[in-house]
Amino acid sequence: MNTPDYLPILFLLVLSTLFAVGSMLAASKLSPRRWTSAKLQSYESGMVPEKDVAGDRFPVKFYLVAMLFIIFDIETAFLYPWAVAYDELGLFGLAEMGVFIAILLAAYAYVWKRGGLEWVE
Amino acid sequence: MIEIIVFGVVFVVALGSSLAMLFAKNAVHAALFLVATQIALALAFLLEGGQFIAAIQIIVYAGAIMVLFLFVIMLLGVDKKEPLIEPLTGQRPLAIGLGAVLAAEMLWVAWRGIEFAAGGGDAAGRLVDTNQDPGNVLAVARVLFSKYLLPFEATSVMLVVAIVGVMVLARRMGMTTPGEVAAGAGEESDLASPGGGATG
Amino acid sequence: MSGIVDAIGIVVIIGAIKVIVAFVALLVVTLVVVWAERKIIADMQSRVGPNRWGPFGLLQTLADGMKLFFKEDFRPASADRWTYALAPVAAMVPAFLAFAVVPLGDDVTIAGREIDLVVTDINIGVLYFLAMGSLGVYGIVLAGWASGSKFPLLGGVRSTAQMISYEIALGLSLVPVVLAAGSLSMVDIVAQQADTVGNVTFFDGIPVLEQVADLFRYMPNWYIWSQWPAFAIFFISGIAETNRAPFDLPEAETELIAGFHTEYSGIRFAMFFLGEYIHVVVISAVAVTLFFGGWHGPGFDFLPWLWPLVWFMLKTTVFVYLFVWLRATMPRLRYDRLMWLGWKRLIPAALVWIMVTAVVNTPGISRNIRLAVFGALFLGVVTWVFRGDPRMKDIVTPQRRTTRGVA
Repeated sequence: MNTPDYLPILFLLVLSTLFAVGSMLAASKLSPRRWTSAKLQSYESGMVPEKDVAGDRFPVKFYLVAMLFIIFDIETAFLYPWAVAYDELGLFGLAEMGVFIAILLAAYAYVWKRGGLEWVE
Repeated sequence: MIEIIVFGVVFVVALGSSLAMLFAKNAVHAALFLVATQIALALAFLLEGGQFIAAIQIIVYAGAIMVLFLFVIMLLGVDKKEPLIEPLTGQRPLAIGLGAVLAAEMLWVAWRGIEFAAGGGDAAGRLVDTNQDPGNVLAVARVLFSKYLLPFEATSVMLVVAIVGVMVLARRMGMTTPGEVAAGAGEESDLASPGGGATG
Repeated sequence: MSGIVDAIGIVVIIGAIKVIVAFVALLVVTLVVVWAERKIIADMQSRVGPNRWGPFGLLQTLADGMKLFFKEDFRPASADRWTYALAPVAAMVPAFLAFAVVPLGDDVTIAGREIDLVVTDINIGVLYFLAMGSLGVYGIVLAGWASGSKFPLLGGVRSTAQMISYEIALGLSLVPVVLAAGSLSMVDIVAQQADTVGNVTFFDGIPVLEQVADLFRYMPNWYIWSQWPAFAIFFISGIAETNRAPFDLPEAETELIAGFHTEYSGIRFAMFFLGEYIHVVVISAVAVTLFFGGWHGPGFDFLPWLWPLVWFMLKTTVFVYLFVWLRATMPRLRYDRLMWLGWKRLIPAALVWIMVTAVVNTPGISRNIRLAVFGALFLGVVTWVFRGDPRMKDIVTPQRRTTRGVA
């Protein structure tokens, strides 16, 4: 294992986070602060904000998209090791992944036919 | 030396943020603490040499499943309105019982050590060798696509079940197919209609 | 000095120096890219663009950045304090991190020590890039939610759905490249593209294709030639991932004010901005690395270490320019079109292309079968991708649609 390889990433993480936090702190010290209640209202094109938005429910489609996303993400996770080892796996690997993708494509076709991918009905 | 420091930090972050997740009042904050736990776990995998599993931990858990959690919290607006009543009766005793079983299981595995988890013999040594020689991803691929072929193919069936489940659930919750436009859509908020907003 | 070196270790010090150089370089590049974008778009729209600060207005971005430092720093009363502060950081940091695995040039020898011009060469480079991309979603989700305001929430939800949809296509589009290269390390993938194409034996015996393939002998061995569908999918989803035009729905001004960052101002807004531009640079750099030979290019005896860097920057500039050009040219997609493109075109196309690449690269399979599958699937994909949306026909009369317009 090559932990030293990952050390620069840790440095970069620390450096960019420090930069972000530091500039926010600096800005909060450097900038004027004249808060008024009107200024702190949430934006609504100059009107008094009508109501709290958080209570409204969104169409279930967004949930569907997120759920399908996870499923395809997991599929991608399987595809990468397969792709790396493809030279070793050869024809057998092709058949394996062929079956895997075929099963998932069937489910994908089902979602498509059921209208799960339609955004406007 | 650095490894020990990083391990300490990872350990503290993982444990601290999971505790914070449990005690957070706000659902979004709880989800964020869980994200922190997932990332810390990814780093822990990395420290153990499991580079592939670390990347997958971030891509699938931190980047996909937690996004779904946040999404659902945002979409349903549970963060502010939903009361904290347990819908299932007997949830607590059940949780305590199952938690105890899990804890016992983990203690047992920890006691038996990595040899047990990896299949006995000098498995720990072999694991280190495998991870070093062809690289971690290749090592995973070799086992996954030969020894664990059946579980791998079964995963696709499981994913299909998940897809069908999602479709059925989403439909019952007000999803419409192209044929039933008029009947559906009634309960949904007009506010959140990007497609409609753009067309109309 | 040597005491410090012994105590910390030369590897750690070199790593730290690389990180600092890369970080500063990214900041400077962002300043230049923002300026260039404003200048180019101004030129395309027959305007002058920034021309006050520095030569050709080059320091305009710096001036803007300084100004944002001194702007009042406030958050709406309805905002969630810590999440509101966290969102810009979460939007910016992954963009910086993703750059770490992109190789910028050949190995150079400094003071007898060979140093590779990449922040770090990890052997899961491509997966790491995708992982950072998937973390980039949080900045937008959190900004949308934490502002406690309508437009940010709508923009945030929309853009999250957009980003996760295109993230799949992005992830799938890189699988065939990895398959062809047999490695996840970006340094390895660049190394594979070092030479010229050479003699292509794949089409031997086929009258026209054989001669055509022969013509390309001296072309650099870039993956774009064999993997152009993967590149098309990658670049389209890359644009969608960065929320740039024509996929800039999260900040569709005409409907959502400014989308997820409506309630952000001052330095926090600047950080979203910075994150977006660094993301643009990173996507361009990764496109160059994976498909266009990375830093490879003709070298010369004069300053040999410099040329790879120059080639890399030139190639990356082309793609950054493409981003700007698209913004100036393309109108914003409608949301349902966006989802249609992502879910019904890019994802199946990527899956099919993975299988085509796999068949063509299988060692133990007869060449005729490979050729036949290659030809058939290739034609299939092309016709299917470009057959278009049947609904395109009534695009001129959208009013006639009878739906309520509910998503």
